[in-house]
Amino acid sequence: MVVSVPAAALVLALGILPLHVATEEARSLGPTIGFLAAVLVLAEMAKRDGLFAAAGAWMAAASRGRPVALLALVFVVGSTVTAILSLDATVVLLTPVVFATAATLRLRARPHVYACTHLANSASLLLPVSNLTNLLAYRASGLSFTRFGTIMALPWLAAIAVEWLVLRRFFASDLVGRGVTDSERPVALPIYPVAVIALTLVGFFVTSIVHIDPAFAAAAGAIALVLPALRSRKASLRDVGRAVDISFLAFVLALGLIVSAVSYRGLGSAVSHLVPHGSSLWSLLLLAAIAAVLANAINNLPAVLLLLPAAAAVGAGPVMAVLIGVNTGPNLTYVGSLATLLWRRTLRRHEVEPPMSEFLRLGALTVPLVLLVATLALWLSLRVVG
Amino acid sequence: MLWLAEGTWEGCIDAASPLIPEDARVSLLYVVPEDLLHAAGAAAEGLIGRWRSRPQPGLTEQMEAEATASGEALVAAGARLLGRADVGQVICRGRVEREVVQAAEAADLLVAARDGDRSRLGPHSLGPATRFVVDHAPCSVLLVWPDEVPDVDSIPPPPKGRRSDHSAPPLR
Repeated sequence: MVVSVPAAALVLALGILPLHVATEEARSLGPTIGFLAAVLVLAEMAKRDGLFAAAGAWMAAASRGRPVALLALVFVVGSTVTAILSLDATVVLLTPVVFATAATLRLRARPHVYACTHLANSASLLLPVSNLTNLLAYRASGLSFTRFGTIMALPWLAAIAVEWLVLRRFFASDLVGRGVTDSERPVALPIYPVAVIALTLVGFFVTSIVHIDPAFAAAAGAIALVLPALRSRKASLRDVGRAVDISFLAFVLALGLIVSAVSYRGLGSAVSHLVPHGSSLWSLLLLAAIAAVLANAINNLPAVLLLLPAAAAVGAGPVMAVLIGVNTGPNLTYVGSLATLLWRRTLRRHEVEPPMSEFLRLGALTVPLVLLVATLALWLSLRVVG
Repeated sequence: MLWLAEGTWEGCIDAASPLIPEDARVSLLYVVPEDLLHAAGAAAEGLIGRWRSRPQPGLTEQMEAEATASGEALVAAGARLLGRADVGQVICRGRVEREVVQAAEAADLLVAARDGDRSRLGPHSLGPATRFVVDHAPCSVLLVWPDEVPDVDSIPPPPKGRRSDHSAPPLR
């Protein structure tokens, strides 16, 4: 992250990427970055309005202390939050709430916390907003928001189903006992943020039908949550600015320019020679596998930027197959990429080593199966909805 | 020393309580699963540097504080349930199975509860952490059923082709 912005500047200064190509790239990335910023703000403001805390209380009450029921509810909430508010919201905002919920019930948190970290990746297939990789692919593929969601509905459900079956068995020995539930305390769901998010979701589809950029719907939703928060002093302008996370947006733009430069200087055509061309089941499976491996080797954002041009040239099917690979693949290694892992190890200050073996074993059990089943579902989905 | 974990702690105390001699010194152990919290924190770090500029305490640290508080509450509740005078309360943090083995070094006897899914009995009544503790404990381990003790009939029939002694036809 620290190196990407100067590296992008260097790429431009040395003329590796011609300025007109760079401005074109920046212009095409602009709306995506705006879209991303709006969703980040939406999630952060929903948290300030108590949405995630309420979700935790609801899960605790509805599970009535039964660990398998709690896991099922974590799957429902985790998949929904990931699909609508993006994987960041699940990792950063939902996971701590799920942990606290299990702890309050005096149930073992392990299955539920792992469900969150896994669903953040596997359940991020459904909508363009679910994952930054989807937003990039959504631009590149030229699909409408609605069509994206329609094609990905079946693969999304298939991926979640596989995760459920594997996690349920993998953590069987931790899904034990009966939690202590509070006396039937009614759960107050914060109506306003839920309504705004629901309307924003409707807005995504409506804008897509009338050919307006869905980023505007996201922006409207974000504004609808920010204004009351500012007025009631629940959030300051600084908080909103922090939620927008300019440095991250700059990073996405810089990364886009670097990858564009690399593609412009010939790697793009090299990649398009290496990846399968076609929408047969076999090509889709191969493409998803290549994308998953690449996501683990160089992280999923560069991976998707590298593979997209070649996939988009063939059609929607290959683009979606790439997404299945780069989105669900990161569950394979510890933090989604070996590079990040190595970097992280050197930075480690904690004494406790992370539970590599547990994470890797779970990843090895789920990822190949999710790739296979979700890609199969994609192939079926493409046949049904075209 | 009694090792308490969520889901089985009450059953563990109920089962062990009548077996503990009056004059024995008892301590209750809970391990904060730091490895799990690091896994969750690492998932957040995996979002390449996003959300890092936040001044609020990190995800892992925040959950660590919650986990410690909930572990202390669990051990305190266990001490109340046990109803004995001066029960030691030990909270460790780290990888659960290794911390338990480490803490058991000073004990004469470690009491642990079986885990898991009671619908499938047999080799699966020990989770990975309990399995490790049973294998490596530096003292005797007393394994208790956290709920009802299963019936002998719950053992699945022997695999086909290999008959047990009881059902073997009498040899002439």
